[in-house]
Amino acid sequence: MKGMTIIVKKTTQLIAGIIFLYGIYIIIHGHLTPGGGFAGGVILAGSFILLILANGSDFLNLVREESGSTLYENLSILVFLLLALTGLLAGAHVFFANWLPHGTPGTLVSAGFLPLYNIFVGIEVAASILTIFLALIIFKEEVLR
Amino acid sequence: MIVYLLCFILFLTGLYGVITRRNLIKIAISLSIMEFSSFLFLALIGYVDGGVVPIVDMADPVKTYVDPLPQALVLTAIVIGLATTAMLMAVIIRIYRKYGTFDIREINKLRG
Amino acid sequence: MNPLIPFFVAVPLAGAFLTMILGRFIPHLNKSLATIILLFLTFISFWSLFTTGETVSVYKVGGWEAVNSVPIGIYLVLDGFSALLLCVISCIGLMSVVYSISYMARYSSENYFYALFCLMVAGMNGVVLSGDIFNIFVFLEISTISSYALVAFGVEKNELEATLKYQVLGAIASFLILFAIGFIYWKAKTLNIADIRTAFSEGHDARYYLLVQILLLSGFGLKAAMIPFHAWLPDAHSSAPSPISAMLSGVLIKAIGIYVIIRLFFNMFEITEGMAIVITTLGTLSMVVGVFLAIGQWDIKRLLAYHSISQMGYVVMSVGIGMLLIARGLRSEVAALAISGGIFHLLNHAAFKGLLFLNAGAIEYSIGTRDLREMGGLAKSMPVTSATSFAASLAISGIPPFNGFFSKLIIIVAAVMGHFYFLAAMAAIVSIITLASFMKFQRYAFYNKEQGELKSDIKEVPVPMLASMIILAVICLLLSVLAIPGVRETILSPATDILMDQMKYSSHITGM
Repeated sequence: MKGMTIIVKKTTQLIAGIIFLYGIYIIIHGHLTPGGGFAGGVILAGSFILLILANGSDFLNLVREESGSTLYENLSILVFLLLALTGLLAGAHVFFANWLPHGTPGTLVSAGFLPLYNIFVGIEVAASILTIFLALIIFKEEVLR
Repeated sequence: MIVYLLCFILFLTGLYGVITRRNLIKIAISLSIMEFSSFLFLALIGYVDGGVVPIVDMADPVKTYVDPLPQALVLTAIVIGLATTAMLMAVIIRIYRKYGTFDIREINKLRG
Repeated sequence: MNPLIPFFVAVPLAGAFLTMILGRFIPHLNKSLATIILLFLTFISFWSLFTTGETVSVYKVGGWEAVNSVPIGIYLVLDGFSALLLCVISCIGLMSVVYSISYMARYSSENYFYALFCLMVAGMNGVVLSGDIFNIFVFLEISTISSYALVAFGVEKNELEATLKYQVLGAIASFLILFAIGFIYWKAKTLNIADIRTAFSEGHDARYYLLVQILLLSGFGLKAAMIPFHAWLPDAHSSAPSPISAMLSGVLIKAIGIYVIIRLFFNMFEITEGMAIVITTLGTLSMVVGVFLAIGQWDIKRLLAYHSISQMGYVVMSVGIGMLLIARGLRSEVAALAISGGIFHLLNHAAFKGLLFLNAGAIEYSIGTRDLREMGGLAKSMPVTSATSFAASLAISGIPPFNGFFSKLIIIVAAVMGHFYFLAAMAAIVSIITLASFMKFQRYAFYNKEQGELKSDIKEVPVPMLASMIILAVICLLLSVLAIPGVRETILSPATDILMDQMKYSSHITGM
């Protein structure tokens, strides 16, 4: 697919890194401020989609990109389930037990497992929205070949 | 009471769109309007008179907070709505490729 | 706490994503992994069925105990009724996976098929096990969205149109359910089913409960394909690939439709006479209209889909009779008989309808058409398929010694003992018309000699498909053992008791 004009390309080169950083900020502070995994993941995906739309990409690059994002998506869900299963071994011996030390509320490193769950959910949501976008674009490109 | 009635009117607007519109994309957008009305209804239920945003401030922890549980329900439901809309869009694009039209009156091969 | 309960949901979920990652590198991993996962699920569900009995096992996810006897946190509840449905889901799922080892070989991207299948099974297990209504909604959406993708799997025109109708109607139903959840939370301030029961037993605003019950009945009635919400079912079940049709018609409309209606209306709301009359009427209407719409069909899978509506009507009518007798306060042993007849018919229908859809798939695999007017004389060239299809047709029409006879007998006897003579007559007439419809199916598909010369090179279908069909036919015979009173006591009675005793479910959970 074709990219856009040079003004759009330059602007997105400047902005995409800031959006990526903003997404990571929302994910990591999920247990302190509103947001968390879902909202931060969507913002993260937004930065990637912005880059792809502005610079254009040809078909083979898109397919390679999609296989990468599918891999990240499945891998992060598996790690999430694995973390939930470790609750069976330590702590209260139930699924999803929160057995890391809770720390002082209000600081960044606190609330046990919650920041970890937020991070993996954030990666997963970002990868899955990117996969949806790429799948629809690839379907359109496939016909034009 | 009037806000809940407005939510219901939004739901009925979406339902009207699903029933009467012929273009498939407009049907998908009307479905989205319906789902947003139910999210709005869920979020409005948790309102407590005189409550503040449910984020615990370490300096002043004892206050009246708005009920945070419906907000968590709405977050989950938004993600589910995203998945439903993405699935619908994928099917609509494939239908456009096969039938050549977005008009729902042309897509009637199965009957009986 | 029973430690097996979260594995019902976690194992298929992990399997689905593992298939997606590793399926590209290792050939044939997707089929073997899906089969192993469903075998494991079958074992633990049968083990749970035989060890649960009368107890209600509660699993508190995350270890959040109840505070001041108010349940906080997510509860997963396993009792007699849930255990039965878990067995049905895993058994029919195992048969479908074994069948699809050879059936789906002609589609590309089998990875996605097995991953979506495991995801659908995980969602259905979650609906059956969950103890609060919002989790029912979340798992319902997981399994429904997977089934949308599975119905449209081979992207032909028919399948896309069918899944479009299914999706639009299913989305409207989901939003109605979400509205109803909002109304319930507004009044009860809690989401746990047992706790809602205790909260609802205090206030008595009958019109509020009526609104919530109507919304829930509409939403879940559409998922269960009752009349007048049945418009998506013939298209979706006939256009899907055959193992998916067997899963949809045999398990999905039961686990996310009928199961939730029965669970919510017996264990969450108090049983009122008005609602019982509405449910009985909807059941009878589904029974009658479904079979009349089914007679004129010439497409075999559409015929089977309409018969699904009719047989589900049997289950709902029987449960409605039980509700009506309980609401009027009469003859509770007749109510118990009606409810256990309904649940027995639910189990039977999963077995024989799954078998019928797999047979239809085998016919389509060999010949390539689904129209009855173009087939004929298959009994010689496909002996195993025709024998199992004959067994399934006898089972669904209610001929002894197959299982359909016993469950329909229990339903009709319960209706007569409760003085509902009109409903019993309707049930008997519908059974006779079902027999006529299936005699037509058998004659045109298997025993018609007129078009013999066109079909000379038809062989029997490959071994995995045969194995699953034979096992399901044997299960159809074995399920009639459940009618013996001794066996019925151990398997069906826990389910009936937990539904009929109005405070037992909630007292077990809030007491823990």
